[in-house]
Amino acid sequence: MKFRGSGKHTGGKVELMMTPMIDVVFQLLTFFIMTFKITAPEGDFFIKMPQAAPSAGVPSDVQLPPIKVRMTAGAGGELAGLFLAERRLSSFAELRDQVRALVGDASGPGGASDAEVELDCDYDLRYEYVIRAITAVSGYIGPDGQIVRMVEKIKFAPPHKEGS
Amino acid sequence: MRYKRGRQIPDAEGDMTPMIDMTFQLIAFFMILINFSEGDQNQLIRLPASELAKPPDTAPAWPITLQMTARGTVFYGVDEFTLDNLRPVLDVEKELISRRGGDFRNTTIIIRADRYAKTGRVQELIRLCQSVGFEKFTLRAKQESP
Repeated sequence: MKFRGSGKHTGGKVELMMTPMIDVVFQLLTFFIMTFKITAPEGDFFIKMPQAAPSAGVPSDVQLPPIKVRMTAGAGGELAGLFLAERRLSSFAELRDQVRALVGDASGPGGASDAEVELDCDYDLRYEYVIRAITAVSGYIGPDGQIVRMVEKIKFAPPHKEGS
Repeated sequence: MRYKRGRQIPDAEGDMTPMIDMTFQLIAFFMILINFSEGDQNQLIRLPASELAKPPDTAPAWPITLQMTARGTVFYGVDEFTLDNLRPVLDVEKELISRRGGDFRNTTIIIRADRYAKTGRVQELIRLCQSVGFEKFTLRAKQESP
């Protein structure tokens, strides 16, 4: 197609208006900066808490009795005692080792997936100790950095009265 | 100082390209990191830490997040309740789930309790939810580096 040149238009430089775009971009940037929060990733521990009134029936022969973990509270809700089946333990690491010796890994022979742990805690005990106990019986970090699962069924014993 | 008349000074134009590049990269960074699920995370709650706490692969179907403070009150959304006046709220939620075609027995109660909360209060909260009819519970912890 042929254009007739008049001589007046000499092909001037076309300039884009950058100002509105930069305004919007900076507003977006401000929005994201203002709403930005650094939060640690969170994870869940599933606990088995059936209804308060259990259904009547004959217990299964293959069902193992739960492993009882007792935690007592001292002053200010601090952990005063940690017991595994009436035996006093010194730390949560020992609890992990003992449970591992009892049930093994979930993936190994005679896996821990059928085992069950019952947590019996004083009313005033700080909740963070419950999570530490659940962590100890649930598994551990293997040498390759992967989580090795142990007990997956965890439940609470009936709660103690306030002040205990 | 004297300037010669008639001499034209060229406009000084800054090169905007690097600044725009950097700004877009910043926007992309914040867009990727933005977390819209923070609505159920109350900053009053200091979660206990666990090295085994990993974010779940799939979100629960009908989650209800209850957040217990160190003094034993419960936040549901932005409202704070005591254990005594939480029950009507849970009853309403149960009814809503049923009306929306869900099964309240499949509802997962996510408990975000403060690390200094009393274990007995957390157990009372679980019992309250059980009495309403909920059966599935998860205890939430923040991820800790091993």
